[in-house]
Amino acid sequence: MSPNLLYAIALEFDSPSALVKATKSVRERGFTKYEVYSPYPVKQLDEIVPGTDPVPLMVLSAGVLGAVTALVMEYYIAVYEYPINVGGRPLNSWPSFIPITFELTVLFAAIAAFIGMLCLAGLPLLHHPVFNLPEFARASSDRFFLMIEERDPMMEIVEEREWLNKLGALSVSEVESR
Amino acid sequence: MSFEDEQRMSRRPPEPGTSVAVIAPHETFRSVTDQITSVVLTRRTPLFWWATFGAALVGIGFFVVSTCWLFYKGIAVLGNQIPVAWGYPITNFVWWIGIGHAGTLISAILLLLNQSWRNSINRFAEAMTIFAVACAGMFPVFHLGRAWILYWILPYPNTMHVQPQFRSPLVWDVFAVSTYATVSVLFWYLGMIPDLASLRDRSKSKLAYGFYGVLCLGWRGASRHWRWHESASLLLAGLATPLVLSVHTVVSFDFTIAILPGWHSTIFPPYFVAGAIYSGFAMVLILAIPLRAVYGLQNLVTERHLNNCAKLMLATGLILAYTYLFEPFNAWYSGDPYEMAVVNNRAFGPEAWTFWTTILCNVIIPQSLWFRWVRVNPKPLFFVSCVVLYGMWMERFMLIITSLSRDFLPSSWANFVASFWDNALLLGSIGVFVLFFMLFVRFLPMISIFEVRELLPHSSPTGGSEK
Repeated sequence: MSPNLLYAIALEFDSPSALVKATKSVRERGFTKYEVYSPYPVKQLDEIVPGTDPVPLMVLSAGVLGAVTALVMEYYIAVYEYPINVGGRPLNSWPSFIPITFELTVLFAAIAAFIGMLCLAGLPLLHHPVFNLPEFARASSDRFFLMIEERDPMMEIVEEREWLNKLGALSVSEVESR
Repeated sequence: MSFEDEQRMSRRPPEPGTSVAVIAPHETFRSVTDQITSVVLTRRTPLFWWATFGAALVGIGFFVVSTCWLFYKGIAVLGNQIPVAWGYPITNFVWWIGIGHAGTLISAILLLLNQSWRNSINRFAEAMTIFAVACAGMFPVFHLGRAWILYWILPYPNTMHVQPQFRSPLVWDVFAVSTYATVSVLFWYLGMIPDLASLRDRSKSKLAYGFYGVLCLGWRGASRHWRWHESASLLLAGLATPLVLSVHTVVSFDFTIAILPGWHSTIFPPYFVAGAIYSGFAMVLILAIPLRAVYGLQNLVTERHLNNCAKLMLATGLILAYTYLFEPFNAWYSGDPYEMAVVNNRAFGPEAWTFWTTILCNVIIPQSLWFRWVRVNPKPLFFVSCVVLYGMWMERFMLIITSLSRDFLPSSWANFVASFWDNALLLGSIGVFVLFFMLFVRFLPMISIFEVRELLPHSSPTGGSEK
């Protein structure tokens, strides 16, 4: 592990507007490694905090996979594995295969949405340095946190570290890395 | 929407009829968090909870004894006979799964339609869905006769070289219901993760901290996580919306694909979906009305919620009434003597009481919902909801027994007589539902905390809630 025992500097806010304002200034100042914690999704942050959203693509691919799986399975079973002649209807009576195709499409896509979201977020996780900050317990209730991580190159400049104190946070604290 | 628009929207006077706010004024992030988490973490379990839980345990007793007896003795302990092979179990199945549909409607469809008032009732409505689907899923198994070879319905490689018949709606049903159950659980759990984190952070004991800490999977509310969480929730809502329509459509296919008079009709899918949502809203109200009174949640589940649910109930009830009218017309217009005989038999045959009870409970009494007084007063609304729930059970019962007992050949006609065990199983399944629901209320956040926070006026940096 790095000799640096600090994980981040935490700025605490009590309103979403203060948080958004501070995050904007931090970004404009040139910081790159920061993360924002809020008790509910704050829409405006999506434009400020960098990152992409691959969830829709995952869901789409899984849905296509589900549809193909269902159709192939039904076709194979109805035509090769266990062919039954029902009143002379074709073995590959594909319109009857649609309900199950639809259900499996939804099933695969839904599982992908759930698991995909967890994998992206790196959850489940037993512990994370942010929980070393006792005040962080309120991040799931009524407090908003902006954490600037130590690995950000800007953090090596003393003036920049001190600049963080001027952002109008309720408190500025250091978060240990373990 | 521009900033000015948002400002104007937030200052706009409330629409007529919606003068009651979604969330009571003066609530803060802290107060809603405290209120909802305290039900689980700190408040004393009310007497109401113990009483209901005790009653549910009695129901469980009925359930255990009757299922054991059923599996030991065989299907003959029920009233199911040829020609009425479906009897109570399929009635109960359709009834329970229909109840689940309102939960998905509230959590998924109203989310997509940006109806933010649903944020404070979606969690327990989803829980209701899951427990109702669990109850529903048991009944087809009970009427199988040989329940231990249930897995034969699934396509898997086996030494018998036997596979399911994909042209059969009964096989579609297995896929539809199991997908519905899985997606409902995923949606419910995904939405609950941030709230479980709130419970973790506010828990006083080590046991609770560990329990909720593991359940919330280490959620920490990072903005990127929120983005993915929201994206996944919206996509799940988008998937659940056609899914919920497909599930009851497939359930209705169980009926319509058969050529039996009274079942073989194209109106069944919309008819079943409307009926499902109708009964589901009745159940939502039956659960919400006592819960908000006992736990003092009137500030979160407001008069407006009751009013809106009642209006949705009225609307779906009217769709249902329309199909009740359309059914005899359909039969008459088809010119099919068997169809007309079924209509006549339903209204005036030996089981006519089921038909008239259905009409009374589903069409006549719910017309009282046109009056605002009924919609916003808990007691009359609770009564009407119970009536609707009973009426919807009776409707499925009527559909099943009147059609099955009188098919094409008079020589195979026979009336259905329910046995004691039929009723015990139905009562038992209600016990199972109530038991699970009470455990949910006691141990999990019954209102979505983070979504209620979003409803608060100061939740958006620009002022005024957007959603």
